[in-house]
Amino acid sequence: MAIAPLTVAVPLLAAGALTAVAPWVNRPIAEVVALGAALAATALSIALLVQAGDGLDIYWFGGWTPRHGIALGVSFAVDSFGAGLAALVAALMVAALIVMWRYRDTDAPHFQVLMLVFLSGMLGFCLSGDLFDMFVFFELMSVAAFALAGFKVEEEAVEGSLNFAVTNTIGSFLILTGIALVYGRTGALNLAQVGGALVGGPSDGLVVVAFALLACGFLVKAAVVPFHFWLADAYAVAPTPVCLLFAGAMSELGVYAVGRLWFDAFAPALGSHADALRAVLIVAGSLTAVVGAVMCFAQDHVKRLLAFATIAYVGLFLIGLGLLTPVGLAGAAIYIVSDGLGKAGLFASVGIVQHRLRHVSEARLRGLGRDLPFTGLLFLAGALSFASLPPFGTFLGKSLIEDGLSSAGYEWVVPILVLTSVLTSAAVLRVAAGAFLGWGTAVPRRVSALDESGSEEDAPRGRTPPSMYLPALAMILGALAVGTIPGIAESVQGAAARFADGHGYAAAVLNGTTPARPGTLPYSTAGHAYAYAAVTGLGAVAMAALALFGNRGRGSAGARLADLGERALAPLRAVHSGRVGDYVAWLVSGVAALGGALALALHPI
Amino acid sequence: MTFLPYAVSAWLFLVGLFGVVRSRNLIHLVVCLSVVQASTYVLLLAVGYRHGGAAPIFADVPLGSRTVDPVVATLTLTDVVVEATVVALLLALAVQAHKRFGTLDPDQLGAMRG
Repeated sequence: MAIAPLTVAVPLLAAGALTAVAPWVNRPIAEVVALGAALAATALSIALLVQAGDGLDIYWFGGWTPRHGIALGVSFAVDSFGAGLAALVAALMVAALIVMWRYRDTDAPHFQVLMLVFLSGMLGFCLSGDLFDMFVFFELMSVAAFALAGFKVEEEAVEGSLNFAVTNTIGSFLILTGIALVYGRTGALNLAQVGGALVGGPSDGLVVVAFALLACGFLVKAAVVPFHFWLADAYAVAPTPVCLLFAGAMSELGVYAVGRLWFDAFAPALGSHADALRAVLIVAGSLTAVVGAVMCFAQDHVKRLLAFATIAYVGLFLIGLGLLTPVGLAGAAIYIVSDGLGKAGLFASVGIVQHRLRHVSEARLRGLGRDLPFTGLLFLAGALSFASLPPFGTFLGKSLIEDGLSSAGYEWVVPILVLTSVLTSAAVLRVAAGAFLGWGTAVPRRVSALDESGSEEDAPRGRTPPSMYLPALAMILGALAVGTIPGIAESVQGAAARFADGHGYAAAVLNGTTPARPGTLPYSTAGHAYAYAAVTGLGAVAMAALALFGNRGRGSAGARLADLGERALAPLRAVHSGRVGDYVAWLVSGVAALGGALALALHPI
Repeated sequence: MTFLPYAVSAWLFLVGLFGVVRSRNLIHLVVCLSVVQASTYVLLLAVGYRHGGAAPIFADVPLGSRTVDPVVATLTLTDVVVEATVVALLLALAVQAHKRFGTLDPDQLGAMRG
């Protein structure tokens, strides 16, 4: 029964124990303890996923169960979405710790302790059923993440980590202000009870402002445009194993939190405005996807390129969530898992490149990787996952979102989905063809000033250690396997229906009833999904080829095109200034714009 | 119930943000962030305040006597602890930035462009 608290407690206790005996612990022991704790957390999360099934697994701390439908205690309320996300986080942590095996300059055991604290923060956030607990776990994971991002104390790392910490801290103040407003109105912090109390009261400006503040705060973590600036800076400088978790799961937690809050706490009171909220979220998601994909294609630094791909995909997940229907949610959930694994696999492959070739700048890598065909294949597989070709899980996730968009009357968003996949996939293909095959004309493009000379790892680099390529291979195969599980579309749609059922959630948490088992519709991928996939794949190859071979020197059509593109991009590059003051100014205007749109959308007229 | 504490809270939030945006010194920036945070303390305590309420310590007073809300005090304390960590970390990063760049002006760091 008590699996849920154990899942969070195991990594936290391991972290505490390692800190207590830090002076006497050497690196292998710290690594074994951390890996053991992460494996245990993975097993417990999977057990939790099985136990939650179609329903909810609820645990009240200290036995403070609700009396007469009033919850004073603090609870974990775990459904299969929360448990599934927890399992993804824990599995990625296992992979990251294995990849980290070869990193000598990790200051054992402090690095491992930070990783474990980061893990338990994320796990607690996925499982919590209480608004303030969500905030505390959110802060726990954020603080550990700030320290991890700046762990290699170098110029760029310090700056990236500062930008990350300042913007995200302001995001958490927005969340806390929202929580204070909700508590002031309802006197409750349990999500289910907040939902019930909001229905009882007037749904006036205060409720709307509270939701807008909470949503904006979590979307800062999710890095939705214009809150996204910190992400590219932080992910480009963080140690590569940490990037596995940052890109694979951390951003997605923000999207998850917005869904959790809406369905369980706010939808009962504001549910009649769902159409307007849908429009706001889909527009915000589309903007994020386009900006992320374009900036991704325009990068030279490979980690920064993948960071912008992360932003682009957060936009797609926000579109899926924004549909507010089980189909859209299920699509986003499958997409998050398979894309998270794919991106983490790509980051692990970048780790191999850094280890062997000592560069992460695309221009400097050109042709250097001819002896690494296997790593090249990993990059290719990652690019195919970005292109969401069958049988990758991303294909299934994207076709579910496309179906949801068509049935909700948002057909105009489908090309944005295709464009995002084309650009991100083409960017990875371009890097892979240039680095591993030496393809492309050597016309100097914009070269990133930011290049890691690869000081992260130990000396011998004659061959790739299995601890680096096995996790990368496992994650790419995982991204592939997600799409081939029979019946996954149906069962995830069932779980999504449960996730979206706030009334069932409230009854289960407050009165202990078993929520009704949602009916599942059989799902088969529509034919046009294959057509979109074919267009995406061909488009990605064409874009990559254009980028590689289009530029035939001064005066050619390709060069003019590249020049034009660069001039069109200049303003977009200029706003990514690296200045924290600018980022906060963008954040404030984003809160004003998104919060204003949400307020207009949700305000009962 | 008065309007004043909410106005103070909103003012602190906005003036702190303004300071963060305009800051030319990382230490100053971190202090401005603490000002933003102070607004959340004021808001939380204002939300739980009751006129004539005593401190929520139930050892010596009869049950049912009027106290302020103990939950918001707990939330504020948790908030203090969490943000002390963040401020300590940010100041440590500011020290590192000064060591590496020789300046505390965030506009002169600028390793991240485009």
